[in-house]
Parts: sequence; C-alpha cells; structure tokens
Amino acid sequence: MKFDQPATTNPIDQLKVIGYPHDRIDGPLKTTGHAPYAYERHDIVADPAYGFILGSAIAKGRIASIDTGAALAAPGVLKVVTWKEAGPLAKSKNHTAHLLAGPEVEHYDQAVAIVVADSFENARAAAKLVRIDYQREPGRFDLSQQVGRAPPKGASSGEGSGSEPVDRVGDFEAAYASAPVKIDRSYSTPDQSHSMMEPHATLAVWNGDRLTVWTSNQMIAWAVRDLSETLKIPKENVRVVSTYVGGGFGAKLWIRSDAVMAALAARAAGRPVKVALTRPQIMNNTTHRPATVQRIRLGAGHDGKITAIAHESWSGDLPGGKPETSVSQTKLLYAGANRLTADYLATLDLPEGNAMRAPGEAPGLMALEVAMDEMAEALGQDPIAFRILNDTQVDPEKPGRAFSHRNLIGCLELGADRFGWSRRNPRPGQVRAGRWLVGMGVAAGFRNNLLMKSAARVEVTRDGRVVVSTDMTDIGTGSYTIIAQTAAEMLGVPMETVTVNLGDSSFPASSGSGGQWGGNNSTAGVYAACQKMRDEVAQKLGSNSADIHFEGGQVQMGDRRIPLAEAAGGMSVEDAIEYGDLGKTYQQSTFAGHFVEVGVDAFTGEVRVRRMLAVCAAGRILNPKSARSQVIGAMTMGVGAALMEDAVVDKRIGYFVNHDLAEYHVPVHADIPHQEVIFLDETDPISSPMKAKGVGELGLCGVGAAVSNAVYNATGVRVRDYPITLDKLIERLPEVA
Amino acid sequence: MKPFTYERATSPAGAAAAAATAPGAKFIAGGTNLLDLMKLQVETPSHLIDVNGLGFDRIEPTPEGGLRVGALVRNTDLAADPRVRRDYAVLSRALLAGASGQLRNKATTAGNLLQRTRCPYFYDTNQACNKRRPGSGCAAIGGFTRGHAVVGASEQCIATHPSDMAVAMRVLDVTVETVRPDGSTRAIPIADFHRLPGDTPDVETALTKGELITAVVLPKPVGGRQTYAKVRDRASYAFALISIAAVIEPDGAGRVALGGVAHKPWRVAAADAALPQGAKAVTERLFADAHPTTENRFKLPLVERTLAATLAEHKAEAA
Amino acid sequence: MYEAVDAELSRRGVLAVGAASMAVSVAPAVGSARPAPELQPSTAHVAFEVNGERQALELDTRTTLLDALREHLHLTGSKKGCDHGQCGACTVIVDGRRINSCLTLAVMHEGSRVTTIEGLGSPGRLNPMQAAFVKHDGYQCGYCTPGQICSAVAVLDEIRAGIPSHVSADLNAPSATTSDELRERMSGNICRCGAYSNIIKAMSEVAEASGTPA
Repeated sequence: MKFDQPATTNPIDQLKVIGYPHDRIDGPLKTTGHAPYAYERHDIVADPAYGFILGSAIAKGRIASIDTGAALAAPGVLKVVTWKEAGPLAKSKNHTAHLLAGPEVEHYDQAVAIVVADSFENARAAAKLVRIDYQREPGRFDLSQQVGRAPPKGASSGEGSGSEPVDRVGDFEAAYASAPVKIDRSYSTPDQSHSMMEPHATLAVWNGDRLTVWTSNQMIAWAVRDLSETLKIPKENVRVVSTYVGGGFGAKLWIRSDAVMAALAARAAGRPVKVALTRPQIMNNTTHRPATVQRIRLGAGHDGKITAIAHESWSGDLPGGKPETSVSQTKLLYAGANRLTADYLATLDLPEGNAMRAPGEAPGLMALEVAMDEMAEALGQDPIAFRILNDTQVDPEKPGRAFSHRNLIGCLELGADRFGWSRRNPRPGQVRAGRWLVGMGVAAGFRNNLLMKSAARVEVTRDGRVVVSTDMTDIGTGSYTIIAQTAAEMLGVPMETVTVNLGDSSFPASSGSGGQWGGNNSTAGVYAACQKMRDEVAQKLGSNSADIHFEGGQVQMGDRRIPLAEAAGGMSVEDAIEYGDLGKTYQQSTFAGHFVEVGVDAFTGEVRVRRMLAVCAAGRILNPKSARSQVIGAMTMGVGAALMEDAVVDKRIGYFVNHDLAEYHVPVHADIPHQEVIFLDETDPISSPMKAKGVGELGLCGVGAAVSNAVYNATGVRVRDYPITLDKLIERLPEVA
Repeated sequence: MKPFTYERATSPAGAAAAAATAPGAKFIAGGTNLLDLMKLQVETPSHLIDVNGLGFDRIEPTPEGGLRVGALVRNTDLAADPRVRRDYAVLSRALLAGASGQLRNKATTAGNLLQRTRCPYFYDTNQACNKRRPGSGCAAIGGFTRGHAVVGASEQCIATHPSDMAVAMRVLDVTVETVRPDGSTRAIPIADFHRLPGDTPDVETALTKGELITAVVLPKPVGGRQTYAKVRDRASYAFALISIAAVIEPDGAGRVALGGVAHKPWRVAAADAALPQGAKAVTERLFADAHPTTENRFKLPLVERTLAATLAEHKAEAA
Repeated sequence: MYEAVDAELSRRGVLAVGAASMAVSVAPAVGSARPAPELQPSTAHVAFEVNGERQALELDTRTTLLDALREHLHLTGSKKGCDHGQCGACTVIVDGRRINSCLTLAVMHEGSRVTTIEGLGSPGRLNPMQAAFVKHDGYQCGYCTPGQICSAVAVLDEIRAGIPSHVSADLNAPSATTSDELRERMSGNICRCGAYSNIIKAMSEVAEASGTPA
C-alpha cells in the first residue's frame, strides 16, 4: 500500500479497539517467567555448548601473540576461536569497530576470542587461561582536547535525526552581534550506557551452511543483513529470531559480538552454542551514547523574539564513526531568522559510539532547553511564555515547509495549568521545605516522526482466528498488543481472536523497533495487510471494499452477514506500507512539555525528584496504557541522564572505568516519584493511515533539561556539566551553619 | 571463577583449622561479596569452607548489658532486632542504608565487616592494583578517584572500605570475637580490626590465617541520639560517597565515625572531643591529615555540611 | 596527590604511560598446555525443593543457584541481568526470604525451599501480584519483571513482619505500605524500562486487598 496522500476516514477511526488501554497480551507470559528470551531456548536446543567471550585488555594496539593452549587443554573446553580460526570475516558497513579484534585492537574489551565449553562455568574459567601479548599504542581518549579543533561532520544518527555538517540561514554572526540581549553558554553531557536489563545474548545453530540465531535484537532485517555481510554468507542462509527482547534502547539496533561470536563458535564446535555478554562487558564491548560538548548562542530583541540562534556540538567516535547529532532539533524547534548549527566529530579510541534512545535530541535538548531557560531569565521573561513567543509552525530553515501538525504551545499551556506552574517562584533559591530547597523546571520536548516501510502477513484460519506475522520486535514497547489491536479493529474481531507472531526473519520485514518509529509504522504495515485482506474478501464475495463491513467477527454486505471464518478462512495476504514524499513535503515531529519539581538537600546537595509531568502531542495514541508506560520509562531515563548517569573515561587507559550496574548508576525505585502523563487528543493524518506518531523517545527528550532548570530554580546554582551530582553543587550552595 | 572444592564446616575450630591447612581456602557465609569477586577472578580460592552450619546466628545479651551478635546473623535480622532498634539505632540505621533488601537477607555480620573495596580498578583484573596483586601498582592513583579515600591512604592504595555497618560499629566501639586454628579465641576492638593500607593494602584486617569471626559484641547501650547519615548519588542501593554515624548526648558531646573517606571506618578522638564546638571544628580534626584529589575534594565540605545537618536536627529535637 | 602508576598490563615490561609503543601481556598464572590439578572442576551433590518439588542435582561447585535454576532445571523465569547482585532480576524467595540467586552457590542450599516466579502463578492462573502487574502495566520488556514480582511479594511479607527500612521514620513503630516505603524496599530491583511508578501502583493495590497496614 502506497501512502502518499493524507489519510481520510478509515476503519481505524472506528476506535472500537484502537485507542483503548488494553492490557498487554504478552503480560501473562512475562509476569510468570514463561516468555522465553534468547538465552533461554531450551525448547529449541536441549544441550547447547556455552561460549564465553574474552575482551581486549588494551584500548588500542595489536595482539603480538596469542596462546590458546592452556585454555584448550582446560576441562570441558571444546574450541577456542580467535581471528585466526574465524575464517573469512568482514565488517558490515553499519559497524564502526570490528566485532572480533585481531591482530588490530580498536577498543577496550573488544572481543579477541571466544572459548566454547560444555558448561558456562568451564567456559568462563578457561577464558582466563588465554594468554595474550599486546603491543599497546597511544590512543586518543579525551574529547575536551579536540573541542574547537575537530572537523565538522554531518550524519544521520541512524535512528532518524540527522544534520548537515554546518547549516547556515541568514547571517548569524551579524544578528548575534547586534542583538540587545544575548547569551553564550557551553554545556557538556557524558558518555552514557543503554544498560538494558537483558544482556546481549545469542543462541547460534548451523544446519549445513544455514545459520539460525535466536538473539536479542531490535531490527531483524538489519540483523540478517549484517550477519550475512560479516560472515560473508548469503542472506538467504541466515535466519534471525527475537521473540522477546529484554530492552534495547538502541544497544540492540545492530548485531553485536555475541551474535557473531556465537555463530563462529557454533561453526567451529560443530554444535549449537549460546553466548551472553557479561554485565561488565556491556559497557566497553558494545556501544554507548557519546559524550558531547555543546556551545549555544542565543540573541533576541527586548521583546523576547529570537533573532539569532547557534548550536554547535562536539562529540567523538572511532575512525570512520559518526557524531552524536545534538544540534538536529535546534534546526526545527524555535523561530529565528539567523541560524547556525554544526556538528563536529573528534576521533577517539574509545568503544564505538552509537545510537541510544533519542540519539541527537536527548543530549541536544539537555543543552538547548537549559539555554532557553537562561535566555528567558536574561530577558526577564517566564520560560514558558518565552518558548511560546518563539514557536514556529513552519520549518525555520525552509519557511515554505509546514509541520504536519504541531501543538507545542498546547503541551506547554496545559502542562503549566496541571502542574501548578503559577506557583513557581521565578527567583531561584527561595522556596524551602524543611531541609529541602524546592524548585520547578520546564522544558520543551521534541523528536521527529520517522516513516519506514513495514510489511506484515495476515491470515484468517478456518476456525476464524486472525494470525498476524511480521518481523517486528517488541522491546517492551507494546508491539504485540497494538498490532493485535490494529488487526482486531481492521477485521472486526475481538482481541482474543488475534494471534501475533513477531521477531522472526521468516516473516515479512517490518520497520523494526528504533527511533520511536516502530509503533506507527509496524501497525500501518498491519493496516495495509488487513486492508488487502478486506479487499480480497470483498472480491471473493463479489462486492467491493466500500460496501463491506467487518464487525463482530462477521463480514456484513448489505443484509448478508457471513462469519469471518467462512468468508476468509484459509486466506493469507501480505502487504506493506510504503510512503510517498509526505515526509519531505511536511515536517513530521512530536512535541512535549516536560515539568519537573525537585528538592535539593540544603546541606548535602542531594537532588531528589518530587513530581513529574509530561504533556505529549504525538498524533493518535494507539494504546494509552502502553504509550503512557513508554513515556514514564523515558522520563525515568531522563532523570538518570540529568542526575547520575556517567560512563567515566579513564583518559590514560582508554576505557569506561565504572563498567557495571553498581558503579554506573541508573535510577532505582527510590529515585522516581509518581509520574503524570497527558496525551493531547489529536491525530496526524499526514503520518500514516493510523494517524499516529511515536512517543517512546519523545518522553525522554527535554526531561534532563527540565530537571536541570528545576535544580537551578531550587538553588540558584546552574550546573552546565551533566550529570548534576552533588559535588558540582555543594560548594556553591548557601552556607548552612 | 576458578574451580574449587567445597566443604560444610561442622565446628568452629575445625573450620579454622581447615582454613589454615588447606591451601587457598576461604570461608564462605553469605557469599554476596566473595562470589561477586570470584566470578571476576579477583578472588580465586581453591577451597571453600561453608560456615553457615556453625550456628552463630543468634543475638544474645551479655553479662555486661550488651549484645553478642553471632557472626552469621543476617543484616536484615540484626537491623530488625527490637533490642538493636531500641538501643543501637545507629547500627540499625546503618544496616538499613546498605545494599538492598535481597542482599541484606543474605549478607552476614562477619561478612559485612570483611567486605572488600568497590574501587573499580580493584574490580578489573586488567588494571594494576596492589590490593589484588601486591606490587603491581595502583591504577586508581591518577585515575578516576571520585569515590576514593581522602584520608589515611598511602602511595600503594587509595581505596575506601564500603561497609555502612562497620561505621556504626566503629562509633559504638564493638568488639570482634574470633576463633583461631588452634582453638584459642580472642576479642579484637573494632578500632584495631580494620587496617590502613600502608605498604600492604592486601592485608585489610587484623585476622590471621584461618582465624574465623564468631561474633560481634555490642557494649552496653551508649544512649544518646543515634543517627546514620548516608550521602549517595541515588536515593537507594548505592555505596556511600560519605556517611556519618553519630551518637550525640543531650549536652552536645558525643562521637562520630565516617564511612566512604578512608580504608577503614574513620574516627578521630580529637574530633569527638570537638563535637560541642560544631561541625566545622569536628571536620577539621577528622581531616587534619587529608590528601584529597581534585575529584574527591568535595567530600570534605560534604562531611562538614552533613554533620551540620545532623547537629541541627539534634538541636531541634533537644529544644 | 600520589604519582600515577601504570596499569597492571605493564608488569612484564618497564613501560611508562604515554610511550609510543609498548609490549604488554596479560597472562594467566598457569602457562603450560596441561591444566594444573587445581583447575579440575569439583562436583557436589545437593538436594532442595523448588516450587514444591524436590530436586536432587550433582553440580559443579561453581554453579550459582541462578544457573542451577536456569540451566539445569530449565526454570528460566529467574533472570540473569548482571550476575553480580547489582540489578535484582534474579530475585527468588528462599526459605521465606528474597535473595539474589546469582550471588549464592547452589551447593549451599541443601534442604532449602526455593520459590521462583514460576511457583507464584502460571499464565492461566496468575497470582494476585502478577495480575496487578498486568493491570497496572508494571513492566515493559519483561526482563526484570520476575525479579520485581518475587521482590514485591516478599516486601509485603517483610512489612507484615515488622522489618523496618531506611525510610521508616520511627524504627520502633510498625511498618506501613506507603509509597515511600515500597520504593525504598524495591530499590534492589532495577527496571531500565522505568516501570517504577506503575509497579508501586500494582503493589499498593495488592497490599490494600490483602490488608497490609497502610
């Protein structure tokens, strides 16, 4: 189905099933421990061998020699595979670092070997017996040394957002120089780890020259492609299955070493092998969100209208890598005639930087939306009024191009009302509740809506069940449920009648999960397949689609009512949603107003979030329960980004030092208060037949800045270097004798 | 994890003797720290002696009016004991501020005292660490030191002791009772139990080879207002940046011990004596010989301000 | 301040940080091709009860309770999120107490009674806490969920038993199921999807229904 005109009224608009906060259909399996994740497929392979990956002990250099003799001789060991034994291997174009090192080492904990043994215990112990001599070379590990020197580099984030190296509109320098009110601020965000709860894991099985991997991956078709490229085997010989994925947040957009090493190990050992990365390996063996240094300059008239806006960002990656596109939202969020945005890329020999939830916008808004707060203060304006004043309904770089639908103002105004913004004291450091200095902060949330082709197969069984199959993944997003809702709505059957099969490359290729595009696109693909089913049923019944209704498990044609099982039993159709250029003609984005109240301990500087509210404008909400969960989860991640998450680089050794969950802090229960989410009641017919957009990343975009602005309002101390930990506040807090 | 043999001990002296004779032997009780480190081969015992069957799992009154806490009493049970809650609130509070509910259910009194540092260089076997491999150097020095010691460290090691419980025990002046391989017993004052790193950061306590902790004796109740203030980067389930165990008398006299600042719970007699003069005076004495790094210098004002909060609460309550 | 010392890696060479090229090696203590005797795994017999069923196993002594459950008994509901007691995904209830099954050896559980998520309820017969998690969407990816639920069930028991927490204002007063208490007590179970707010709702509902003091 080609989608190249805005949607008109369609069966989804009935809203009998869509839009209803249905419990997740995978809930009973997940809450009882019966949902099988990749490492748990005892049903597939009863007796796999166990692989354990050994990572590089140096950040950069080469392996001078490697001796696997002791490991091979250790009890239970079946094979040891290094680059020497791996056979032909390539690097897929989607990977910056090789997934198996040797003899070159590109980063710390890069896989150098896998030990295969009859038990996990034996494999893990034997991995320590591999003897390696390294030639270490000096590496570049310090982003701050390259700020101001690194070359401009544009890129797609790989998850939707993107930027040209340098974008200019009007004459920024002249406008900024003549602006009566201006600020020039620098901010930094640290490296962050996805830290999803399920470690990367793969079970690999070879059948002749055909490989099947049960793995934990967000993008099945990409996984097939990249395994094929990496192992140099035809795509047709690769099957990838990810039925349940224990979180990804971007870490599982692309296959990682577990998949490749499991495949190599299984081939070498001649039997199925399963591998999971250990928690400490996840930080340095896989990818992370790169640190940024950002400079923002804003110039405005006394009336508060922005006349000049510049956002520049520096980040680093391995040679051949990509920048964190932190400036992308600044092209679109606010009006202003004179603009400059630029991303600069430093070369760093740290582990591979890559997409993490809302790449670009997440760190970009942590800077931009604090700068907006600082500018409002410089102007003596309320931060919400200042944002509203500078709203735009068109792409500021291309004023002829409108937003498909944009209600940022509605988010901010409703949020202000619900959150009690009028009670905020604009003078910082004034509100005290016992030991706590209390403050409120706001930030705008912004994230683009991405359109991706997505296919599905729909079958009606002879007993009237509807079976939907697509390689879409459910990474906690609720895909199983909203896909069932879509099929139920389209074919007029109860939810219980629908079976959803996901995450298998033998199913039609979907959009996959990433960039908050999964919900809208994968359901639009299911819509397309269901529409095709409706057309074929109509045709079979000698009617046309316009005169036929699907309702209550029956097909209705004039006075005739035929059970769906009878009308369509045994039929199977496949179709995809494919997009025209509505994504180019219109700017499609999602919007939020994030509101946060914090308390800062007047003595210790500890920051604790007291209240949170997000108001989101993101098109039709397909399932308000799972959508709300996506948003509160993202808000939680935003609290982590603002207050604690920091993958610390040892700049001498070149690795992330705090590489486990005890030392890399993500929020725990006690950090998170009750959270409110409001979805504006809207549809976006330009987005897809579902009229929906994404929310999963929007919920994160802006949260960090709202926390930061609240900390400033509470204390009068502006910390521009994330995370806002107490050591950065303590010496600037008021005396407490 | 290296292979090891496993035995269940049946008598304390027998356990101690086995530990002294079997090469590479270690006791295991809760296991929450030892197994963590064994998985990384930071610890590599070749023989484990499971002491859980030895029965040191009771809390009993002593003739002196205190409590004898069995070495195997779980952190949860010690924190929840009504006598501890009433008379040794600082201990209850310190325990409850530590780890998680799950870990407190498993972790033992003796094991908590023997917790090893959370220094990330100690935890990564690719890095130099004099504590893990004597003579290899200290990668922490000059590295990421935000959580490290600001006082009492050496050129060999700047690690901190991670226990909360031990800080409360230090302020209470408990005694650690042990049995040795020859069957003899001794009582070690907590002040002497943990060592500063010096030139042998791998030697962390006063225990000798095979010596087994059997109990911790709490002195008779010390009274006062007892608090444990733990400051950390997240609201729960995190090690302390700094912590303060305090017992303050109505007249403002009292005692304080610090966690998160040194290789052992940190207490200075002159600082105790300065309590009536306020937080600044106490902090100056606690840190008279401090050598912070740029990254952990904040611990000094943090201790002063946290103590100020404790003293302010005390004053407010006394008023 | 102390002098920086180069990493462990350099111990075989005389090398300084910043040298253009340095030879370093990482080697095990044992270098020969034949394993030393102490590398032979040791096995031990252990019997315990899991979800009401007696299990007798002959296990490598290194096997954690978690791996015994997952790899030997195929009870994969208990999850391995970190294997170091830092996440809580492996939480099970042993002899009435919740513990991290990753940080205990299976052989240390002779005679224990173990309850895993599979023992609390099944897809067709959810336990009230499991049902409340579904109703309140107290999970997303589902990986931390079994641990959260085992912990949640045990937390309500701990409150009933009068065990205080870090946020209990009065150590000597009975415990209650306030949101603050639940949040603190559940903090050993990390959920990166961020379902915390919903989990507390689910627990509060179960606590109220079961008459746990609020």
